[in-house]
Amino acid sequence: MAFASAATRLGTDGSMRAPDPIVSVDPTAKESVASAVQARGVSLTFQTADGEVQALANVDLDVAEGDFVSFIGPSGCGKTTLLRIIADLEQPTAGSILVNGVAPEQARLQRHYGYIFQAAALYPWRTIERNVALPLEIMGYDAAKRRERVEHYLKLVNLSGFERKFPWQLSGGMQQRASIARALSFEPALLLMDEPFGALDEIVRDHLNEQLLRLWDQTGKTVVFVTHSIPEAVFLSTKIVVMSPRPGRIIDVIASDFPRNRTLEIRETPEFLKIAQRVRAGLRSGHSYDE
Amino acid sequence: MSSISYAARPAEIRWHPLVIRYSPVVVVVLAIVAIWYVAAVLMNLHIVRDQFERDETPYTSAQLIEGTLTAERPLLPAPHQIVETFADDVFGWPVTSPRSLVYHSWVTLSATFLGFLLGATFGIILAVLIVHARTLQKSLLPWIICSQMVPILAVAPIVIVVLGSIGLRGLLPKAIISAYLCFFPVTIGVVKGLTSPDPIQRDLMRTWSATPAQIFWKLRWPASVPFLFTSLKVSITISLIGAIVAELPTGAQAGIGARLLAGSYYGQTVQIWAALVAASILAVGLIGLVSFFERWVAQSMGARV
Repeated sequence: MAFASAATRLGTDGSMRAPDPIVSVDPTAKESVASAVQARGVSLTFQTADGEVQALANVDLDVAEGDFVSFIGPSGCGKTTLLRIIADLEQPTAGSILVNGVAPEQARLQRHYGYIFQAAALYPWRTIERNVALPLEIMGYDAAKRRERVEHYLKLVNLSGFERKFPWQLSGGMQQRASIARALSFEPALLLMDEPFGALDEIVRDHLNEQLLRLWDQTGKTVVFVTHSIPEAVFLSTKIVVMSPRPGRIIDVIASDFPRNRTLEIRETPEFLKIAQRVRAGLRSGHSYDE
Repeated sequence: MSSISYAARPAEIRWHPLVIRYSPVVVVVLAIVAIWYVAAVLMNLHIVRDQFERDETPYTSAQLIEGTLTAERPLLPAPHQIVETFADDVFGWPVTSPRSLVYHSWVTLSATFLGFLLGATFGIILAVLIVHARTLQKSLLPWIICSQMVPILAVAPIVIVVLGSIGLRGLLPKAIISAYLCFFPVTIGVVKGLTSPDPIQRDLMRTWSATPAQIFWKLRWPASVPFLFTSLKVSITISLIGAIVAELPTGAQAGIGARLLAGSYYGQTVQIWAALVAASILAVGLIGLVSFFERWVAQSMGARV
């Protein structure tokens, strides 16, 4: 199977993790080797025209390496904001955060993570292969290496044969798979996914969820995943972080110990329903269902 | 039994696709030509009648109307007169002759191309500066807008005189006036294009720690290309107008503008109209040229055809 055979070569190339000599490494890095994300008392207040809006209040979070962690909560609960703080796309107004043991900005500069947005956001003037190669071009990989990576990761997301197509020639699901290949192409240890399948229909979504799980299982990457779908969160995660609406707080952290190579069938099991129930209870206690 | 009869319906007339496509245009052209002839007769009537009366020759209505359509210096020349003169000016002389319209068109066209090149380059550079520096946007934009409010007819002689005093004559001063007119749409279009990438596309660049140069060449610039071509199509016709205008107040010896001016000095209305036809054909050709490049670039950039 293309998916499996392609994945076995993954993770052997650690070249991207080589420390950048220009960027000084945080001294606390050594203590938190096994921690992909460590947040302590993180808060973020936006200044808007209507006054201050508190998006996040006092968030503590630990994501271990190899975890699949989902943030779940209603719209506007700050789950995307939290993900953007991890990615250094927003800066917290209080608290501290470490990503792979370093400050988010250094993690970004050292290209520790790949970010996948709700929209595939492929550049329309580039073919699929040149879209996947874009981060590699930016990071200065040579042409041979780029070709090798593009071929490998397009195979991994089952898009071989679509190299020369332009984005508009692909379906929404295929575009999102291409954007995942793009995020994987430079082999970051951490994947940050912001409702990546939110705009897709349920059938495509189920399929991509299964593919994503296999990819996670085979590559050993850490995934932080934002969603507002309870079944999606329970099915994918090793750890579910339930969040409340504004100001965003963490209400419950639920561990889920299904095997890493789980299939869609587990969604009919009593254990699955039990976890889903606890997520729903958490959301209710956070007044997520109130008007 | 169902016995619905369709036979009562009248048979539909099927038109040839070419007829469907071109008949509206043809109808409009025919209508314009008809109105033109009527207008030519009416406007030239008194000139011809005065001529007959001065000569004290008797005339019929038919002679009168014929006279209005063949007058040597009509107020409004008839379409066939313009076509005749145009054909004679274009094909009747060697292209290097100052009497050839091809020669004059080339003179204007070379100023147009140089002006367009200067103007488009200047417009793009200005747009890049404006997008990358907020202070420049605040300090430059009002001046750019003001520059377009100054009547070019007033500025053109000043530019020609100033440049002439430092020894610049001929092509370059005309090109500069043309560039002055045509950079504006390019600047506005490219500023819009360079700022067109959506937040996610920009955030992606940030997650990859792209340098400002990489963000420009790999995101902003390609995103601005469709906007650029829209502007260039507007701009190239303006640069033609600029080149013609630059020939008017300066007593240029050659060019479509010089031809227009000479025509109005000597009351050669037919010649003026023939020069106007030449200018229109040039404008259509220039837009066609830009459109051709646009299609070619768009195809290589994956636009839906």
